Amino acid sequence: MTHGFPRPKQPWQLSRRRFVQGLAAGGVLAATPSWLQAAAKGATALDSAPVLSGREIDLVIAETPVNFTGVTRMATTINGSIPAPTLRLREGDDVTIRVTNRLPVATSIHWHGILLPYQMDGVPGISYPGISPGETFVYRFTLRQSGTYWYHSHSGFQEMTGMYGALIIEPRAGERHRADQDYVVQLSDWTDEDPMRAFSKLKVQSDVYNFNQPTFFDFTADVSKLGLQAALEKRQMWNQMRMNPTDLADLSAATLTFLMNGTTPAGNWSGLFQRGDRVRLRFINAASNSFYDVRIPGLKLTVIQADGQDVEPVTVDEFRFGPGETYDVMVEPQDDAYTIFAQSMERSGYARGTLAVQQGLIAPVPEPDPPEWLTMKDMMGAMGGGAMGHDMMKMDSMGQTKMDHSQMSGGMAMDHSMHGMQQGSENPLAKPSSTIRHARTEYGASVDQRVDTPSTNLDDPGIGLRNLSQRGLRPQGHRVLTLADLKSIDGVLDDRRPPARELELHLTGNMERYSWSFDGLEFGKSTPVSLRHNERVRIILQNDTMMTHPMHLHGMWSELETDQGELRVRRHTIPVQPAQRISYLTTPHDLGRWAWHCHLLFHMDAGMFREVVVS
Amino acid sequence: MRLNTVKYLTTLVVIVGALQVNTALAQMDHGPEHQDMGQMQGGSAPADARDPHAYSDGYTLTEGPYAQPGPRQLKLADEHAFWSVLGDRLEYQEDSDSTVYDIQAWYGTTYNRFVIKAEGDIADGTLEESSTELLWGHALNAYFDTQFGVRLDQYDEGKDRQWLAIGMQGLAPYWFELDVTAYVGDDGRTALSAEAEYELLLTQRLILQPRAELNLYGKDDLDNRLGSGLSDLALGLRLRYEFSRQFSPYIGVEWTDTYGDTADYRRAAGQDTSGTQFVAGLRFWF
Repeated sequence: MTHGFPRPKQPWQLSRRRFVQGLAAGGVLAATPSWLQAAAKGATALDSAPVLSGREIDLVIAETPVNFTGVTRMATTINGSIPAPTLRLREGDDVTIRVTNRLPVATSIHWHGILLPYQMDGVPGISYPGISPGETFVYRFTLRQSGTYWYHSHSGFQEMTGMYGALIIEPRAGERHRADQDYVVQLSDWTDEDPMRAFSKLKVQSDVYNFNQPTFFDFTADVSKLGLQAALEKRQMWNQMRMNPTDLADLSAATLTFLMNGTTPAGNWSGLFQRGDRVRLRFINAASNSFYDVRIPGLKLTVIQADGQDVEPVTVDEFRFGPGETYDVMVEPQDDAYTIFAQSMERSGYARGTLAVQQGLIAPVPEPDPPEWLTMKDMMGAMGGGAMGHDMMKMDSMGQTKMDHSQMSGGMAMDHSMHGMQQGSENPLAKPSSTIRHARTEYGASVDQRVDTPSTNLDDPGIGLRNLSQRGLRPQGHRVLTLADLKSIDGVLDDRRPPARELELHLTGNMERYSWSFDGLEFGKSTPVSLRHNERVRIILQNDTMMTHPMHLHGMWSELETDQGELRVRRHTIPVQPAQRISYLTTPHDLGRWAWHCHLLFHMDAGMFREVVVS
Repeated sequence: MRLNTVKYLTTLVVIVGALQVNTALAQMDHGPEHQDMGQMQGGSAPADARDPHAYSDGYTLTEGPYAQPGPRQLKLADEHAFWSVLGDRLEYQEDSDSTVYDIQAWYGTTYNRFVIKAEGDIADGTLEESSTELLWGHALNAYFDTQFGVRLDQYDEGKDRQWLAIGMQGLAPYWFELDVTAYVGDDGRTALSAEAEYELLLTQRLILQPRAELNLYGKDDLDNRLGSGLSDLALGLRLRYEFSRQFSPYIGVEWTDTYGDTADYRRAAGQDTSGTQFVAGLRFWF
C-alpha cells in the first residue's frame, strides 16, 4: 500500500489486537453465575443471560466487578449479570417489575420501544424523578405489543457500564415464524475507562480514538495511484472544511472491547443447533456508541422483524444496525459451524460468536474490512455522489414546475422548493416537503456544516457497505439490507390517515467542539416539541452531519415513509445517514412527556436530545 | 541546507496560516445574500430561517403539561463544565541550555471557557522570563474562540509588564491551529503575537509539527531590549511519537531570528541575533 515504506509491526499493534479480542473468560467476577463458570472452562460461552418470565419480575441494580480485558473494573449490573436477565413476557399481560437500586447514585430503567404510560417510561427528569439509592420503584404496565425489544438504564452512562438486557414479548396469537432454536444475540461494547473520562477526552480532542486517520503516506500512495491532482482533489474539500473523511465513529477499539451476549471475541459466545433446524436470532444493538455490520458467512439472513415489528421477510447477506435498533433474523444452517461476525462501522474491531452443532466448534473468523473514507455524498448528499445526475434532473423538474405554477421569479437555481408541485396535488402533505429549511440556530458555533442538497433515497447501505462485491470484499451477489428493503407486514401500519401537519428538524453537530444537537440547540437550550394527542403528524429529520444517527423516539412509533410519501415500515429507532433527509409519521396515543434522542450515548449526552410533549 | 528547508517549510505555514485567518473572518461576514448551496459552513441566518422553537407551543422544559415539578433535573453534558491541560511544549533547548514550557489550560463549557496560557524560559534554575495570560474565551463561530483578558510578563533581568489582551484562537481551514492576540500595555505600549501550528501525520502516531511564532511591538522597550515593529520570529519543526494520544516525546529543530531594534539591542549586548538549535521535549495533555 505504501510503496517504499514498509511498516514494521509496532508493539502497540500487538497489544491492540489483544485488546480487541479481550479475555476468553472475561465478564462478571463476583458471584459468578453458573452460565459463566461453564464459559470459563471451555473457550465458548453458552446462554448469555439468565431468563426471567412471568408477570412479576424483580430486578436489583448494583455495582459488580468485571474483567473483560485483563483489568478489573466496576460495572453497573442488573441482577449481577451482563447482559441483564432476558425478560420473556407475554403480550396482553399486566406486568409488575420491581427495580431496587443498590447503587450509591440514582438509577433508572427504560423499556426501549415499549408503548406504556409516560410515568413508566423510565427517563429521569422527564418520566419520573428516577430511582434513588436504596429505593424500589415499581413499574406497572400492560403489554400492548409483541416482539424483540430491550431495556437499559437512562441515567448518565450506566447503560455503557453494563445496564442492558433483552426484552422479548411473545405474541398472544403465537409466533408467525416457527423456529427450532431461538437465541438473543445482543451486541454491546465495553470500555475500561470511566465513560465520563472518555467523553471529556473527546471534548479536548475529538479524534482521540481514531487511528485510521489520513496520513502523509496515504497521500503519497494516492499520488502514485491516482496522480497528484486527483490525490489533492480527493482531500481538498475535506481539508478546507476541517472535516475528517475517516470520522466514522467517536470511539473505537482503542478503548472499546466489542461484546456479543456479554462475551468477548476471544470468549466466543456460541449458540447450538441441530442440522435442519430453523434458527431465530434476535439481534439487539445494545452498544453505547457502536454501529455493527453483521453477517454470518455461508448463511443467508432472512429478516422477519425490525424493532419488534413484523416485516415482509427479506433475505440478505448482511445488515448494519445502530444502538437501539433490533432485527430478528431466520437462518437455516446446514454445516457444523458458522461465525456470527459483527464488525464495528469504523472497522477497528469486531464482536464475534459461533453457531455450531456442538460446543467447542468454530468456523473461520473474517478480518475486518479496510476502513473506507467518507465520500462527497456523505458530506453533501445528493449533490456529492453518483446519484447526482438523477437528483439534479429531479431538481430541475421541480424548478420547472415551480416556474409554471407560481409568480415568483429569481433565485431559481438556489431554491429547491416543491411548492409548485404541492399546489398541483390534492393534499399538500401527501409527500414530505423537500424544501430545505435550516433553523436560524444552525448558523452559530454549535454547527460545523449544513447540507443543502440532502439525499432522500432509502436504498443506500451506507459508507463501508457500498459495492462490496465490486470491491472484492464479498462474493458476487452479496446483498446488504437497506431501509428500502423493509416493509411492515399487512396490518402493522394501522393508521392510514395522511399527516395533518409536518415538522422539520435537523440533526446537527460540531465535531471539533464535540457538541451534538437538534437544529443547533443542545438539550439545555431547547424547548419541547409539542404534539397533539392522537394527531397524525409527519416528522422530517435532515442530517446535517457526517455521522449516522440512530434516532429513537419514545412513547410512540416512528413510521418511515419514502420521499414520495409512501408509508413503509414501523420502527422505534431510525438510523439517519450523513446528509440524508428522511421522514416518518407518528400518532401519539399516549399523553405525557417523552424523550427523543440519538441513541449513540455520547451524542445524546452531548445534547442531541429533545423532549416531546403529547397533550 | 537543512536549515533552509526548515525555514522554507515553516514560512510557508505562516503565510498559508495568515491567509486562512482571512478566510475564517470572511466566513463570518457572509450575509444572507451569500446563502447558497456552496456555503455549508458559517454565515448568518437568512431572515426566513426556521424558528427552532416553532413547535413548542410555548412550553419549556420546566413549564407546560406533564412537566416534572421543581427545578429541571435532567442536565446533559452541554451544561457541564470540562477542563483540560495541554503541555504543548515542555522542552530542552540545546544551544541556550534552557528549558522552555508552553502550557495551556482551560475550564468551562463548549462555548465559554476560562483559559490560562503560560510560557517561560528556565535557565540555571531561575525563571529567566515568562508570560502568563488569564483569558475569558467565548465561541465566535464553529471553529474559533475570541479571548479577552490580561497578560503578565515577568523578566529576571528587565522590567515586568502587564497587558490587556484580546485575541482569537481556533482551527482555520486546512487544519491550521491559529492563535493571534493583540495587547495594550501601560505608557501606550502595544503588541501583537501570532502562532500557527500544523500537524502532519506521517503515520497514526508519528507526527511532524511545523510551528511558527512571531511578535510585534508598537514601541521600543529599552528595559526588556525589545524593538518596535517585527521583533522576533521563531520557526520550528518537531517530530513526535504518540505512545498515546496524550503522551508524546519529540525531537526537533528551532530557528529564531530577531529584527529591527531588537536585533540591534542583541548585537550591542554581544548576543547572536539569530540561531538554530535542536530541541527535545514532551507533549502531553490530560
